[in-house]
Amino acid sequence: MNGPSILSMFRWVVWRDLLLAWRRRSDVLATLFFFIIIVSLFPLGIGPEQELLRTIAPGVVWVAALLASMLALGRTFGNDYQDGTLEQLMLTPQPLYLIVLAKVLAQWLVSEVPLVLVAPVLGLQFGLSQNTLAVMTVSLLLGTPVLSLIGSIGAALTLGLRSANVLVALLVLPLYIPVLIFGAGAIEATVSGGEAQPFLLLLGATLVLALMFAPWATAAALRISVE
Amino acid sequence: MSKSKINWYKYAAPANFYPLAGKVLPWFTGLAIILFAAGLYIGFFVAPPDFQQGNSYRIIYIHVPAAWMGMLLYVLLAIYSGLGWAFNARLASMMASAIAPTGAIFTFLALVTGALWGRPAWGVYWVWDARMTSTLILMFLYIGFISLQSSIDDTRRADRAGAVLAIVGVINVPIIYFSVQWWNTLHQGATIRLGSRPSMAPIMLAAMLIMTAACWVYSIAVVLARLRTIILERESEAPWLAEAPALQNNYAVE
Repeated sequence: MNGPSILSMFRWVVWRDLLLAWRRRSDVLATLFFFIIIVSLFPLGIGPEQELLRTIAPGVVWVAALLASMLALGRTFGNDYQDGTLEQLMLTPQPLYLIVLAKVLAQWLVSEVPLVLVAPVLGLQFGLSQNTLAVMTVSLLLGTPVLSLIGSIGAALTLGLRSANVLVALLVLPLYIPVLIFGAGAIEATVSGGEAQPFLLLLGATLVLALMFAPWATAAALRISVE
Repeated sequence: MSKSKINWYKYAAPANFYPLAGKVLPWFTGLAIILFAAGLYIGFFVAPPDFQQGNSYRIIYIHVPAAWMGMLLYVLLAIYSGLGWAFNARLASMMASAIAPTGAIFTFLALVTGALWGRPAWGVYWVWDARMTSTLILMFLYIGFISLQSSIDDTRRADRAGAVLAIVGVINVPIIYFSVQWWNTLHQGATIRLGSRPSMAPIMLAAMLIMTAACWVYSIAVVLARLRTIILERESEAPWLAEAPALQNNYAVE
């Protein structure tokens, strides 16, 4: 076999994307602060009643996570598409499925993991208990990779289009709905004293499904968009 | 298939399909008008008023067929665009583009008529019922498909990108449906359910089935008409169309 092995290729793609993100730190921070601002706006709009805030917290955190992850989608393939790197990556003998998986992993590490880390602090603002905060973190850890995976399909389909940013929201947000329901449901269940486990298991199942199928669909979409 | 006298592959070529569609279009249009007239007549004048809901129930004669068509057309849309993508069949992709607006309109109609019926029956225009929510999401999927296709100038890419989206959407529809249903039962929002409706009188059922057939035939007619314009638009450079000015004149007169 010529060229680097599959595993080293995978590692190389992830490393390269992380490095690029590190050199453009402001992009990453912008997404993070977008998330923080959106979550903080809700108490201002709704009022400071502790009881009410505790009820809406799961939905607010998850919807904000959805919107913030949308912002970052354009970067998954956008820059590489513009400077021609993407075309070169697609010409390599390594399977495109794997390259897509590596890029999505890097995107998740760069744009989603900071949200997951900062979410418990925001949860404190909404008066959530320690137990709930733990469930929230786990649900975000399981759910945000699904957002990155599904989002990558939308990002690949809209590559290089005029209104890509608005379009991607239209395509991807309806597909995010199950993640939103399961993720917010898990937190909601703990707030109201129920069992969060079924929701987390469903989130895990969604993640497995998305891991299997989404990179494949993204690879197909990339081949269509880059011809 | 081998015994069939019709060569189906022949009609996969837009040049052969265009005149065929033109020939059958008036028949479907006429049939749709007759069926709509019959269905509406039976629904409005023959069928008795419901003993609980009075006359307001009559909206189901358009609501239920519209909801069925909305779902069915999305599946058809995915199948046609998938065929177009897999076998590089232009006509199948054009068919998918032609189906999308009709499907979106039926879904919208189902939502609007459902809301109008909900007001007298439930006292509110909208409840976050599992069915209503998933129908709303279905309409979002249609809108996504249409806006993706219309924002790509290259038709080849538009067809294929639409196919990926439609297939991903079709896989997601059951997941979305079950998640919404589960979410709904947990939140316990809607107290009135559609499922508890008493069984229908035969005459009501007849009216509804005729209306369903009417919606089917109407969809076929409208999709064929739209398909013909799409063929004219996309094949305007093709020799068969350039050599047949009669066709274009025909279109202009229509």
